Amino acid sequence: MNNLTIKDAREKLTKKEISSVELTKHYLTIVKTYNEKLNAFLTISEKEALEQAESADKRIGEGDSTPLLGIPLALKDIYVTKGIKTTAASKVLEEYIPQYDGTAVMLLKNAGAVILGKTNLDAWAHGSSGENSDFGPTKNPYNTAFVPGGSSSGSPVTVASEMALAASGTDTGGSIRLPASFCNVVGLKPTYGRVSRYGVIAMSSSLDSIGHFTKTVEDNAMYLQVTAGSDPHDATTPPVAVPNYTKNIAKGVKGLRIGVPKEYFIEGLDPRIKKMIEDALKVYEKLGAEIIEVSLPHTSYAIEVYYIVQTAEVSSNLARYDGIRFGKDRSHFGDEAKRRIMLGTYVLSAGYYDAFYKKAMQVRTLLKQDFDKAFKTVDVIIAPVSPTIPWKLGDKADDPLAMYLSDIFTVHANLVGVPGLAIPVGFIDSLPVGMQIFGPHFSEEKLYQVGFAYEAVNPVWKERPNL
Amino acid sequence: MKYTPVIGLEVHVELKTKSKMFCECSADYFGKEPNSHTCPTCLGLPGALPVPNKTAIDWCVMIAQSLNCEINEFSKFDRKNYFYPDLPKGYQISQYDLPFGKNGEVSLSSGKTIGITRVHMEEDTGKLTHQEMGGVKTSLIDYNRSGVPLVEIVTEPDFNNAKDVVAYLQMLRTIVRYLDVSNADMEKGDMRLEPNISLTTDVSKLPPYKVEVKNINSFKFVDKAIVFELKRQEEILESGQIPPQETRGWNEIKNATFSQRVKEEANDYRYFPEPDIPPIKFTKEQISNLKSKVPELQVEKITRFVKQFSLSSYDAELLTRERALADYFEQTVAQGIEKNISAKQIANTIINKKIDHTTISPEKLVSNIAESSQIKSLDESELQTIIDKVLQDNQKAVKDYKSGKESVIMFLVGQCMKAIGRKVDVNAVKEHLVQSLK
Repeated sequence: MNNLTIKDAREKLTKKEISSVELTKHYLTIVKTYNEKLNAFLTISEKEALEQAESADKRIGEGDSTPLLGIPLALKDIYVTKGIKTTAASKVLEEYIPQYDGTAVMLLKNAGAVILGKTNLDAWAHGSSGENSDFGPTKNPYNTAFVPGGSSSGSPVTVASEMALAASGTDTGGSIRLPASFCNVVGLKPTYGRVSRYGVIAMSSSLDSIGHFTKTVEDNAMYLQVTAGSDPHDATTPPVAVPNYTKNIAKGVKGLRIGVPKEYFIEGLDPRIKKMIEDALKVYEKLGAEIIEVSLPHTSYAIEVYYIVQTAEVSSNLARYDGIRFGKDRSHFGDEAKRRIMLGTYVLSAGYYDAFYKKAMQVRTLLKQDFDKAFKTVDVIIAPVSPTIPWKLGDKADDPLAMYLSDIFTVHANLVGVPGLAIPVGFIDSLPVGMQIFGPHFSEEKLYQVGFAYEAVNPVWKERPNL
Repeated sequence: MKYTPVIGLEVHVELKTKSKMFCECSADYFGKEPNSHTCPTCLGLPGALPVPNKTAIDWCVMIAQSLNCEINEFSKFDRKNYFYPDLPKGYQISQYDLPFGKNGEVSLSSGKTIGITRVHMEEDTGKLTHQEMGGVKTSLIDYNRSGVPLVEIVTEPDFNNAKDVVAYLQMLRTIVRYLDVSNADMEKGDMRLEPNISLTTDVSKLPPYKVEVKNINSFKFVDKAIVFELKRQEEILESGQIPPQETRGWNEIKNATFSQRVKEEANDYRYFPEPDIPPIKFTKEQISNLKSKVPELQVEKITRFVKQFSLSSYDAELLTRERALADYFEQTVAQGIEKNISAKQIANTIINKKIDHTTISPEKLVSNIAESSQIKSLDESELQTIIDKVLQDNQKAVKDYKSGKESVIMFLVGQCMKAIGRKVDVNAVKEHLVQSLK
C-alpha cells in the first residue's frame, strides 16, 4: 500500500484485489496513527466514510469504474459539508454544522469518493504556513519542526503522509501551490471558474480557485475530471467544455515552447531553488521543448495589488459572521482575520477607494495583459513556487509582511485567473521544493501533459517522508 | 410662499418574478410561513453564491425603457456593505455606478417633465419583527423576503408640489402594471416611496439641506408627508434657521413626520464590484428586443384612443388606467363594428355603467348595447313619415284627441308602432306624436 496512487488504487478496486471499505479502514488507521503528530485533520468523519465506502463497493460490484469511485480523500475544512462540522479553522465557526453540500463535494460524493474528514488550514485561508489556524499549526511531514505551507496546510500533508489518497484545497494567492511544493505533492490551482466555488467558504471571491492535491500528475487529472465544469450555482463558471484530462497526458513536450519569466528569477530567490528549476528546464529541453525567456513586466506589483483586492473582498465576505445566526461573534476572529478586515475596509473607504482599490484593479488589468502577451509566444510558463524552502514553525509568525512575501510568485496567477500546476522537483536540506507551470485560461490539459513529462523523468514524488 | 419646494423621489418596486433575484426560491413570499422560502443563498450561509435572475434583469431594463432611459450596454452589480440584522450577507447586492438605466424622463399630464436619474436592480432584505415571547423582548427575522428582486427608480429633484409627485407615482404604478412586472400592490409593500424634500429661495441651485422621508407605502401618505414637511421646513426657515439634514419617518396616526436619524455625513457603504457576478453586457440588438417587448403604455394609448375613437381625453384616461380594461374596450369596439355600434357608445357604456370587464365578455356587452340601442336607433325623418301617414289614416282619432280626448293617443302610438314594425322606444314615438298633433 506504500506510495499508492489513485490510479493504482482504482485498478486494485476494479480487480477486486481490495475493497473500498478495506482501503478506507487502512487510511483511517494511518490517520489515527499520525494525525496527533501532524495535526492535519480537524474532523475525521469515520462513520460517514465507511458508509460511503460500502456504497462505493456496491457500485464497483455493479461494474462502475468512475475515476474516484471508492477513493478515500480529505477536504480542506473550508468546503461546507452537510451534517459535518465545517470550521474554516476559525473559532468563530468552531461548532458550525452546515445544512448543505457544496457543488464540488456533491460531485465527489456522486462520483463515489470516500470523504475521510476535514483538514486543517490557516483560519479562513488567511496565511502561507498553516500557523494561523485557531486549532494549532499543521506540521511538515518531512520535518515536523517546519511549516507545511498554507493556507491549505492539512490537505497536502494528508497526501504526503499517506493519510489520504488525495485531498482538496483552495488557492486564493498560492494556497494550493505553496503547500504542495513544501510537501512534495502535486497541486493544481485550476483556471478561475473551472471548478465551482459554490459551497466553499469564500475568502476572496474574485481570486478563489478550487483545486486538488495528489501524489502524481495523472492522479490530479483524474481528480479534476470529477470536479471541473460549469455550475448553475456559480455565475463565474463559464460553459467551457471539460476535456478528457488523462487521455493525452503522455503526449510529451516535443516542440513545446516553455517561457521562463525573468522577473521570477530575482534577488531573494534561494539560489539552490533557482538551480533546481534550471535543471528542470534542461530536462524539458532534452525532451524536445524550446526554452524561451519571457517578460511579465508588472510582476513586481502583483503582491501589492493582491493585498488590496484580497483584503477588500475578505472584509466584505467576513461580514456575515456577525454571531446572529450561526457561529460565534466577531470577537472570536483571530489577529490575521482582523488585520485583513481592517485593511480591506480601509482600501474600500470613501476617499481611499480610488487610490487603492480602483488603482489595484487597473494594475490587475495590466497583469492580465502581461500574461496574454507572453502566451502569444510561448505555450506554458515555468517558474519557482516559493522564493524559499519551508521555514521553521514560528519563524515568520510575528512578521506578517515577511509571511505575505512568501506569496510573491503565486499571487500573480490568481489575479490573472490562469491555471498553475505545482509539481515536485527535488529536496534542499531534506525539505521539498516545487516548480509551477502556468498556461492560458482553461489549459489544464496542457499543464498536465507538461507536468507528466517531467515526472516521468524525475519521479521526485516517490520520496515519501519518514514518519 | 416665497420658497420653492424642491422634491425628488426614490421608489422601490418589487418585481413579481417566479424566483428570487439570486437563487431559485419562490419570490411569492407574502403571507407565507416565516423562513419557508429560503436556501443557502438567500440566507447568506457560508459558501453560498448569487446567480442573477435573467428575467428580473430584463424587466428592470424594460421599466427603464418605459421611463425613456438610456440603457447601459455594460453594467454590473456592486456590493453595498452595511450591517443590519435583516441583511444576511452583511452587504446588499445592488448597482452603484453602472445602473441598467439612466438619464430618462417622463411628462406628467400637468405638463411638467420629470428627469429620471437612474433605474437599477437590487435585492430586498429580510423582515424584522419585534415582539415579546415568554416575557422576553425578542427580535424575529423572516428571510422569505430576503433576495426578492427590487427595482429602484430615482428621479431628479424636479418636483415642486405634492400633486405632481402623486401624478408621477400613479403613472409609475400604471407602467409597471402595464409591463406586468409587478403587482404594485401598496398594501403588500410592492412599492415603497421615499421623497426627499427641501425648500429654496434660489431655484438656480439646490438647497443646502435635504430631508428624506423613508418607506411610505401609500400615495395619500406621500401627499400628506410632503405637505407637512413643506410647512414644517418653512417655519424653520422663517425663524432664520436651516432645517437639519435628516431622515424622517411618517406617522400615519399623528399625520406628521418624525425624525429618525440626523445624517452627520453620507454613509460609507464601501461599494465595490460584486466579484461573484460577471459584468452584464447587452448588445444593441438585445436592448432593442427588450424595447420591442414594452407594450403601448397608458400615455400613448390615451393619445391613440382620442384620435382613433374620437374619445375625450378624460374618457380615454379612464379606459386606459388598466391595460386589461383598455384591451377589453378595444376588443368590444372590434366586435361592435358589425352591429354599427360606435366606440363612443361602448366607452360611455363601460364608464357610466361601470362594466366589470372580468365578468362580461366583449360579445355579450356588444349584444347588450345593440339591444338597448335599437330602441333609439329610429331615424327621425323615418319616424315623422310614419307618424304623418298614421295621422292621415286615422282622421277621426286625431279629431277626438284635439277635442280633448287625450287617451286616444295610445291608440295612435299603437298604430305607429305597428307601422314601424320593430322594437323601438315607445316614449320617443309618443313624444313625436304629441309634437305632431300640436
